[in-house]
Amino acid sequence: MNKQVHTAEEAIKDIVNGSVLLLGGFGLCGIPENCIAALVKKGVTNLTCISNNAGVDDFGIGLLLKRKQVKKMIASYVGENAEFERQLLSGELEVELIPQGTLATRCMAAGYGMPAIFTPAGVGTEVAEGKEVRNFKGKDYLLEYAFDADFALVKAWKGDTQGNLIYKETARNFNPMMAMAGKITIAEVEELVPAGELDPNNIHTPGIYVHRIFQGAGYEKRIEQRTVRKRKAAQE
Amino acid sequence: MALTKEQIAERIAQELQDGYYVNLGIGIPTLVANFIPEGINVVLQSENGLLGMGPFPWEGEEDPDLINAGKQTITTVPGSAFFDSAMSFGMIRAGKVDLTVLGAMEVSEKGDIANWKIPGKMVKGMGGAMDLVASARNIIVAMMHTNPKGESKILLECTLPLTGVKCVKKIVSDLAVLEVTEEGFLLLERAPGVSVEEIKQKTAGRLVIKGEVPEMQLA
Repeated sequence: MNKQVHTAEEAIKDIVNGSVLLLGGFGLCGIPENCIAALVKKGVTNLTCISNNAGVDDFGIGLLLKRKQVKKMIASYVGENAEFERQLLSGELEVELIPQGTLATRCMAAGYGMPAIFTPAGVGTEVAEGKEVRNFKGKDYLLEYAFDADFALVKAWKGDTQGNLIYKETARNFNPMMAMAGKITIAEVEELVPAGELDPNNIHTPGIYVHRIFQGAGYEKRIEQRTVRKRKAAQE
Repeated sequence: MALTKEQIAERIAQELQDGYYVNLGIGIPTLVANFIPEGINVVLQSENGLLGMGPFPWEGEEDPDLINAGKQTITTVPGSAFFDSAMSFGMIRAGKVDLTVLGAMEVSEKGDIANWKIPGKMVKGMGGAMDLVASARNIIVAMMHTNPKGESKILLECTLPLTGVKCVKKIVSDLAVLEVTEEGFLLLERAPGVSVEEIKQKTAGRLVIKGEVPEMQLA
């Protein structure tokens, strides 16, 4: 089954105003750069974006925020983005902050065909407000529902034309969960190969979860916090 | 003298035991990795999907696909493993991580912690902190005893929105090592040269003092 499309524009063709999107990545690591650029170009608005973070001011989801294309953001950590904070505090942007593990597991539940999960994260905090609490073996858990999203936009390292995906290092993060959770999943990869060239033993996301795949171009892979050990000028 | 951030990290590193899987939060907790005692082997878990986090890369060897939960470029150590975010929080929730070290804005004497939001002022989000505190078997908080105005952050009740309830076991601040007990904060150790009187004065929660309180042993 060939799922290859040729451009990001073609891949996102049916994302419209008001669509609910899952976007993979942690910080700027493993984000679908090409799909985000295509959404900016297309100019769709009133989007609901579900992603661990909200990008930075001039990259990632930050590019969509800057153009006011996002109506609602569901995320776990949104620091390092001044425009986001401004839109949030002024009430322009609807924001739902949820624990990171809850975010991941609500995606997982959707991909596993389970309507909800129970998690202890947030018990006794404002995250628990309005939610059902159940006690199992003496400990309280919150009922959290599986996400119901129109599209998932994920980024992988390698993929094949069947939609099978392999991620690299910590750029894996939320991508496999979100790939499983989208009604329509769009994968962009650094290297797209014909079916049969990837070792089936090493596939992270089986192609059944992926509807469209394309080879991305011009990955910037920005680093948010460049931390290094200095080399000594003269090694003894 | 109050401890520096590095000294707080050094004192927390003394709590590490051989064979521990450890999650270090952002800020002072990250520094704990620099003080792991000789002969103690621990595996560092980074909740964005890595077991076996190594030091920062050498200049010029930074890899944008390899970061920690603080989005800093890092390396791996031999025997490391990558996984996705659901599995990462799965192992946290299942109690596989032996020790979690994180920062706090406030801790109450019940062991409640607040570290993710200041209403109307700062909204960064909880990240993985709520998952970690709800499930970790052992939680140590690294924090300053007081805010810049000198007001205690170690309280009877937290005033900020909570991250988790009844979860903190121990606090290492710039002034003291405290254990959370039924009776209040048990003063285990003082920073070198800091008096019991000063700690008492800067602790708004109940402070329990049993006998002579030793000074922390630092290198």
